[in-house]
Amino acid sequence: MRIKEHPVIDFSKKKGRKVTIYFEGKPIEAYEGEPIAEALHAAGIRVLNYTPRGRPRGLFCAIGKCSSCLMKVNGVPNVRTCITLVEDGMRVERQRGLEPLPQDYHPPKWKDATKTEGDVIIIGGGPAGMMAAISAADHGAEVILIDEQPMLGGQLVKQTHKFFGKRQQFAGVRGTKIAEILKEEIEKRRIKVFSRTSAVGLFQDGDKKMVSAVRNNKELLEFYGKAVVVATGALEKMIPFENNDLPGVYGAGAIQTLMNTYGIMPGKRVLIVGAGNVGVILAYQLIQAGVKVVAIIEAMPKIGGYFVHAAKVRRLGVPILTRHTILRAEGRDKVERAIVAKIDENWKPIPGTEKVYNVDIVALAVGLRPSIELLHQVGAQTTYVRELGGYVVRHDDMMQTTVKDIFVAGDSSGIEEATTAMLEGKIAGLAAALRVGKADLRAVNEVKKAHEELMEFRSGPFGARILEGLEKVMIK
Amino acid sequence: MSEEYLSRGYLTVEELKKIHPLPSEERLRKKPVAVPECPQEIPCTPCAEICPVNAISMPTPNDLPKVNYEKCIGCSLCVQICPGLAFFMVQYKDDKARVTMPYELLPVPKRGDEVILLNRRGEEIGEGKVVLVIPREKSIGDTNVITVEVPIELAWEARAIKVKEVRE
Repeated sequence: MRIKEHPVIDFSKKKGRKVTIYFEGKPIEAYEGEPIAEALHAAGIRVLNYTPRGRPRGLFCAIGKCSSCLMKVNGVPNVRTCITLVEDGMRVERQRGLEPLPQDYHPPKWKDATKTEGDVIIIGGGPAGMMAAISAADHGAEVILIDEQPMLGGQLVKQTHKFFGKRQQFAGVRGTKIAEILKEEIEKRRIKVFSRTSAVGLFQDGDKKMVSAVRNNKELLEFYGKAVVVATGALEKMIPFENNDLPGVYGAGAIQTLMNTYGIMPGKRVLIVGAGNVGVILAYQLIQAGVKVVAIIEAMPKIGGYFVHAAKVRRLGVPILTRHTILRAEGRDKVERAIVAKIDENWKPIPGTEKVYNVDIVALAVGLRPSIELLHQVGAQTTYVRELGGYVVRHDDMMQTTVKDIFVAGDSSGIEEATTAMLEGKIAGLAAALRVGKADLRAVNEVKKAHEELMEFRSGPFGARILEGLEKVMIK
Repeated sequence: MSEEYLSRGYLTVEELKKIHPLPSEERLRKKPVAVPECPQEIPCTPCAEICPVNAISMPTPNDLPKVNYEKCIGCSLCVQICPGLAFFMVQYKDDKARVTMPYELLPVPKRGDEVILLNRRGEEIGEGKVVLVIPREKSIGDTNVITVEVPIELAWEARAIKVKEVRE
């Protein structure tokens, strides 16, 4: 099902040409510009593959990070269908476990990879990466921006709510609009943008950095530069409960991708697990899309997100049950019910407090963890910091990691906000431009200003926790 | 200070009064006045930045907005821009009150429509009449702003509306 009318987003402007894909031989209507898994969801298909033991699996993250959506596409298995765009006549099939490549399939070889050179390579086209690209380019650095999504903007493209902070930091502007503004700024500059390109390796190559990448699942690319900014964002956490792999148990971000990026109804009735900002914002966005939110449950005694976001959904009648947890999801091949219960001070479910919700979606909004895979692979020192969402890389106040000339910014340096991601991206981009010898004293002053803005933003109770976390990762 | 509202997700009027003392009846009868429902220190400043008469004070971005009700001219710019949809305006008129609130759902009601009033817990508490609509396109914050005429006893209760379903 597709969203016909939306109070904030005009999907008629976004929709591409109608095409036909074939799911297990059956024709499915899809639109150019949308990924395979999303088009299948719109057609009511939720089971995308089976585990080797035969358990059905569906979407989970919908941004290419979790591999829960692998399918066989035109005979090639293990394709991340959540970020692979539909093409007219495409053949899509469910697979069982990981399947080998067909014998007659000859993948490209690294020796034939196309090589591109620049000063600064930025991995990730979200708020941090885009801001890093803009800032480095403004000081004359030749910038390469690599992003694995079909469109730039990272998670901003699905945020229909208005951002906080100061007006000069885009406060009062919707995330979707901020993505558009930054994209226009990127286009105005001589920045080489590689979309649908996944960075798969980060190496030191003599006195240069080399990033190996795959474009559109088939083309091998190599990028060479003097400095790299890693702004790869985050991925959604999962919590243990019975049947947490049942199709319909979706990450909050996957639901936002379906409804706000592609205009697809995620389901009819939703239970949200987690009342942090992501959970309460998701509830409001679901109501805007015309989806019923039966409740938000939260294990902590207090709502973790901003009170004002919670108040927005409370006054529209969404209950928020603190000190509650999900016991299990039930259903045949897809979610049909969720069972929740109250928990005691020792976090144990209290017998007799179980409630059954008839829902077709369980949305997990239980936190994010930084995507540090590339940084880990290149040898950057990591450390576990609870306040920042898990393992993070150590960095200095110029956002440089323990590997010289490799910088980090945004959620991949610790889970925070898009506003702080943009400021960190700015610092990392400026620092990289300085390191490659393209920027001058003006960049130093801009870094100083960005630091002041960060300090000011983090000066409240929410920022206090972040500062505590940063204390543990900062290289002094 | 008790912070029970952080586990409930809504403020009671008593809690609101403690955080943002309400305007006097005399002021409420003069013209609309902006009242924030913003109890938590978060880094956010658009209301103070947009106010054309500097009626909203906020020494640092994490401070709560404090409205000088005598300075406020009731222009609704803060209601339009507030990212948390936490600003409202209230005016008393004879035995009615007018409540101005942000609205980002469909369908958008029209002037003259009778709508269902919801309190901060989402309960239906009565009916009101839409007297003014600032559509999204004309709102500086890209948010529709709706003014509803309500029974005066609901002035501090009605904080959302539900448009009646049209039966076909």
